[in-house]
This record gives sequence, structure tokens and C-alpha cells, in this order.
Amino acid sequence: MLRIGCPWCGEREEIEFSYGGQAHLAYPQDPHALTDEQWAQYLFMRDNPKGLLRERWVHSHGCRRWFNVERHTVTHEITAIYKPGEPPPARRA
Amino acid sequence: MRYSIFSLVRQAFAGHRGWDEAWRTPEPKKQYDVVIVGGGGHGLATAYYLAKNHGVSNVAVLEKGYIGGGNTGRNTTIVRSNYMLDDNAHFYEWSLKLWHQLSTDLNYNTMFSPRGVLNLAHTEGQRDQYFRRGNRMLLNGIDAEWMTREDIARFIPHLDCSDNPRFPILGGLMQRRGGTARHDAVAWGYARAASALGVDIIQNCEVQGFAREGNRVVAVETSRGRIGAGKVGIAVAGNSGRVAGMVGLKLPIETHVLQAFVSEPLKPMLDTVVTYGAGHFYMSQSDKGELVMGGDLDFYPSYAQKGNIPILEEAVAAGLQMFPILSRVRMMRHWGGVMDMTLDGSPIIAKTPIDNFYLNGGWCYGGFKATPASGWVFAHTIAHDAPHELNRAHTLERFETGHVIDDKGAGPVAQWH
Repeated sequence: MLRIGCPWCGEREEIEFSYGGQAHLAYPQDPHALTDEQWAQYLFMRDNPKGLLRERWVHSHGCRRWFNVERHTVTHEITAIYKPGEPPPARRA
Repeated sequence: MRYSIFSLVRQAFAGHRGWDEAWRTPEPKKQYDVVIVGGGGHGLATAYYLAKNHGVSNVAVLEKGYIGGGNTGRNTTIVRSNYMLDDNAHFYEWSLKLWHQLSTDLNYNTMFSPRGVLNLAHTEGQRDQYFRRGNRMLLNGIDAEWMTREDIARFIPHLDCSDNPRFPILGGLMQRRGGTARHDAVAWGYARAASALGVDIIQNCEVQGFAREGNRVVAVETSRGRIGAGKVGIAVAGNSGRVAGMVGLKLPIETHVLQAFVSEPLKPMLDTVVTYGAGHFYMSQSDKGELVMGGDLDFYPSYAQKGNIPILEEAVAAGLQMFPILSRVRMMRHWGGVMDMTLDGSPIIAKTPIDNFYLNGGWCYGGFKATPASGWVFAHTIAHDAPHELNRAHTLERFETGHVIDDKGAGPVAQWH
């Protein structure tokens, strides 16, 4: 069971949250200007690291607000939590 | 040595001391025509069909751990071909046909048991959707059968077909030619058969990188040294992104963990595979009597080969709704495997932008049943540098051209497939 610290509500159990995919994938400014390859990059290609991943979560069964989490995909350790719009924290060495 | 009743009798009188090793344990050579990365079912099947169908036997299979220690030995052993879209339907149907003759072909008992796979429907919408899928299967020449609630109650006596559950059973879509197979035996059988045809199976050999010359891969850097390669195929589902990343490829794949668990052994109580339709849960009974069960992904990317408790509880709750008789059964083991989840839910078996580098991955959580056909078409793709008729749609480019194969219609979110 993950325990996730919602930036607005504090630490809660994983079952209150929903996963929202890789973070910092901005919707293209002008989708019509993209080539098919660029559109595929935006829509389908993912980083998928074995290590630290920055991802979006939503507190579905709480305040229903979105936020960002940096989590290790092997140990599941959460190394950072930050609000939308905030810059991601520097990676730990 | 061929396995037969005669060899068994002979060995019985000789105290079973004369059995050979099932496959050779060679030192890696300097150079191979084809190097397959990944010694799971898919990689071993590919090597076997390369040698058998295409006469390419100067082949190495590199496995970072041991044969049968990865996802091949971690799945819930279900075999079926109940797909709707043509590209998947014909591919998985060919796989099912190969399953039906696999033990004879490999001279190894894969314990394939066509005991049927039944998908339960609980709502009228779901029933209509199953009718649609069943009709498309029939049009593609695949067996499909609608079972009413009364049929099912007779077929699976322990299943709660009353009106009592929160989501009563309306009926189900049955594929009788589907079933289960012994997962380890599939890996061992392919390894033995490939080795007998001259394929080198090299265990404890982790790939660390690839040496490139222009747009070609010329060698594989491994924990056991550099191995030259004419062609390289990777079949490392769960880690496709990492290995493809070593040659600079980015894939439409996320790695997620899928859990499975088995109960203590029980007397025979379930002689088919049954899946729950109002949630996600599936169960069969192994020959040892254990109930083999699985459910949803954990819904967030993970390379941990273990799962989390909430998903386990949800799966068990669904199982208990179907089979209240199991309420006091104890769990014996619980584990997880890492899945290549593609963004359209279908696999990639294809050439890549690198000339002699081929990709077999993205199996989501349905790779086991695909093992024979996956090896069959991947071997063809490597040998002829062109896809087989059955995998011409399973390309990487489909994500750019828009020809995605989304059987579930779930959209570009890995964990929804």
C-alpha cells in the first residue's frame, strides 16, 4: 500500500487516489501544425524509466485535485510531491 | 534423446540415471547469424522456428537469469483466441492452432488442456458486446458459443448463478478450444527443441549494450563478453523500453506490474477457465489442485516483481462473489510480473528504424497464449527481413499512421488495456 501525501489534504492511502500518467506532457500549442510523427510522440511515446518517474495523480476520493509525484518504479519510494505549475524539484544524486 | 514410452521404460529399468540434460549449456561463440535477447517463451520459440522453419541454426538466445524464471513462469497459463479485430484474431487463432499440436511438435509434454475459456456477462450491454465479439469470431473461423445462465449453472456447479450477487450472471461467451498449458514446460520444451537443432541457449548473460556501425547493430555487449551478431531480435517484454533504449529507440510502452496468486491445493472443483465480467478477475484450477487467479494491473508503472494489497483484495472480492464456496480457502503464493503495456493494447512484432534490429514486445498481459505464433512470425520477420502475413499490422509505425489495433477501444492509456 502506497501512502501518498496530497499537497492539500496530507498523507492518505493509495486507494483514495487515481493515477494520471506521465507528468509534464504538455498538450501541443498548435496540434494541426504537428506531423504524424510528432503527434505520435505526444500521444503514444512514454519515458518508462526503471528508476525515478515524474507522474500525475488525482485525489479522486478526497479533494479531487491533481498534483505531481516523483516515484521510483522499482522500490515505489516517493521522492517528491509538488503542485501543478510548480517546477519539478532537482533530482537527488 | 527422444522422449517416448520406450525411453521411459528403458530409463525405469536403468534407475533413471541415463537421462540427458534437456538442453546444452554452451560457452558463447564469438559470432552468431542471429542473436535473440530474452530467453522466455517468445525468444526460445523464435529461435526454434528460425532453425526449424527457416534453416537458420547459428543462433544464440541470451537470458539474463535462467530459463523459465521470468514472465513465462509467472503468468496464469491461459490460452485463448477470442479477439475481435481481424489483425489480432488471425494471429491468436494461428497461435491456438499451434498450441493444439505443440506437445507432439516439441516432443515435450506442455500439458495443454483445451478446457474452455468462459467470459461471464452481467449486464445487457455486456451481453450485446459479447454477442458482437462472438459473431466476429465466428466470421473469422474461430469457435465461439453463447452460454445462458442455465447452461453455465450446469457447467460450473460451484459458480453462484443465483440472483443473490450484486451483479448476477446473465450468460457468458465461451471458447471451448481455449484452455491452459503448463507454463514452465512451454519454456523448457522450446529450449530443448531449439537446442537440439543447434541453437545455443546462454543463461546468466545480461545484455548491457549494443555496438553499432552506421545504422546496423554489429555486436551485443553482455555480462559474458562481446558477442557478434548478424541480426538481433529482442523478446524481453517488461523490459522492452530499456533494451530498445540501448539503441536509442523510444517505444509506445509503459511497464506495469500484474499480480497472480494461487490457493492451497483443493480437490477438483473447476474444469474450465472462468472470468468475471463486472470487475476483473479470472480463475482456473491447476493439475495440482491449486486455484490460479489474477485480476487487474496495479494501475501505475512499476518494475517491481511484486504487487500491492488493494488490487489483491479487489480481485479476491470478485472471486468470492462468483464462488462463495471459497471464502475459507487460504492463499498459498502471490507474485507479480512486469508487463509491456502498449498504448493500444496490442503487441509489436516488427522491424525497427535500425536495419538489422527487430522488436518483439508490448504483450500487455496476454503474452503467454501468443508464445507459439509470436515465435513463428518473429522468426519469419527476422529471416526474411519482412513481416509475416500475420504480423504485418503489428508494426511500430501504426502509432504514426493511425492504424492502431485497439481491441478494447480503450484509448491511448496503457493501464486501461
